Amino acid sequence: MSISSTFHKWGSPRWFYQFSGRLLPWLAGLSLLLLLGGCIWGLAFVPADYKQGNSFRIIYIHVPASAVAMGAYVTMAVAGAIHLIWRMKLAAMVMKAIAPIGASLTFLALLTGAVWGKPTWGTWWVWDARITSVLILFFLYLGIIALHQAFENRDAAAKACAVLAIVGAVNIPIIYWSVEWWYSLHQPASISFTGESTIHPTMLRPLMATLSGMYLFFAWVLLLFTRAEILDRERNTRWVQDIVCGEAR
Amino acid sequence: MAMHPQRKQRLIIVIFILVIAGLAAGLLGYALKENINLFYPPAEIVSGKAPVGKAIRAGGMVQEGSVQRASDSLKTRFVVTDFSAVVTVEYEGILPDLFAEGEGVVASGKLGEDGVFYATEVLAKHDETYMPPEVSDALEKAAAKRAEQQEKGEL
Repeated sequence: MSISSTFHKWGSPRWFYQFSGRLLPWLAGLSLLLLLGGCIWGLAFVPADYKQGNSFRIIYIHVPASAVAMGAYVTMAVAGAIHLIWRMKLAAMVMKAIAPIGASLTFLALLTGAVWGKPTWGTWWVWDARITSVLILFFLYLGIIALHQAFENRDAAAKACAVLAIVGAVNIPIIYWSVEWWYSLHQPASISFTGESTIHPTMLRPLMATLSGMYLFFAWVLLLFTRAEILDRERNTRWVQDIVCGEAR
Repeated sequence: MAMHPQRKQRLIIVIFILVIAGLAAGLLGYALKENINLFYPPAEIVSGKAPVGKAIRAGGMVQEGSVQRASDSLKTRFVVTDFSAVVTVEYEGILPDLFAEGEGVVASGKLGEDGVFYATEVLAKHDETYMPPEVSDALEKAAAKRAEQQEKGEL
């Protein structure tokens, strides 16, 4: 199949609605299983850390929330670019759906970070490069939500949000490398893709479970929100009216 | 695949936005380089880069065997090192649980004329290593054994 015909198929809200409907139960089940299982595993069965004791266990929420908050932003910026270049309506809907999810995940990352910081560093908050750049990520998400609501016209809103999302994408590498580029209180990453991770395998396994669970959870909620947006925008079409009337009957 | 000329133009605009935004962020980061750093390492304090008498932060490793606690108050004196220079820190107050010799620390306060850093707050900076206590004990034992064997070998 050529790229353009794949694009056409994926760009069709109706096809996307039907296809995503089949994915929903799998994503829901698998994400909740991995998140709950990983949390129970990490909280009850993994040994305490040699330095931080039990407080390190918040890693099982903090790291997945932070990683997916950043991944969600990249997805949003890519959807924005696709909308700008190919004028794909579905991409605009995905973009709009991601902003509140990303904002919630970023808030969770900041909150769990503060709760973790108090017993280990000795402070809830410090204006270091990592924490400040994540706070900027939170404001970017809020900015995109607000910008969307400031426009009466949907297409104008999508275009403006896409540009903001793309400009804000610069923040993502800054967050990721902030702990390497500047002196900060936050420590560098423990999970390494190229070398050996500095977190012991017994502690890393449940983290991998909650991390993948959080990615699937994001995908699940993203599909739910996008589907709601599709129904709203296509409410005057025959196929949506058929679905709604069918469910009402 | 040949791209529609109009789409190609939009793609170029998107890339242009990214490059400009990246450039702006890069210049901003370069201009504010010193301000983005949370703390001064001892080497910069000793070489006079850190201002005297102003509220700043100093960070590094607490030197082994350098912590002196007063017996009648919460006053503590310790040496912070970055392995190229050292700064003595004086602090009165409660230290974080993770504060220890050989561990990272970030202190906020003022640098005195005498070269001593008078801290009003001390934060612990831990590294990115996580392991169970048994593993840490095993590693320590292995390291001690290796050192012992080395000593024997030298004799």
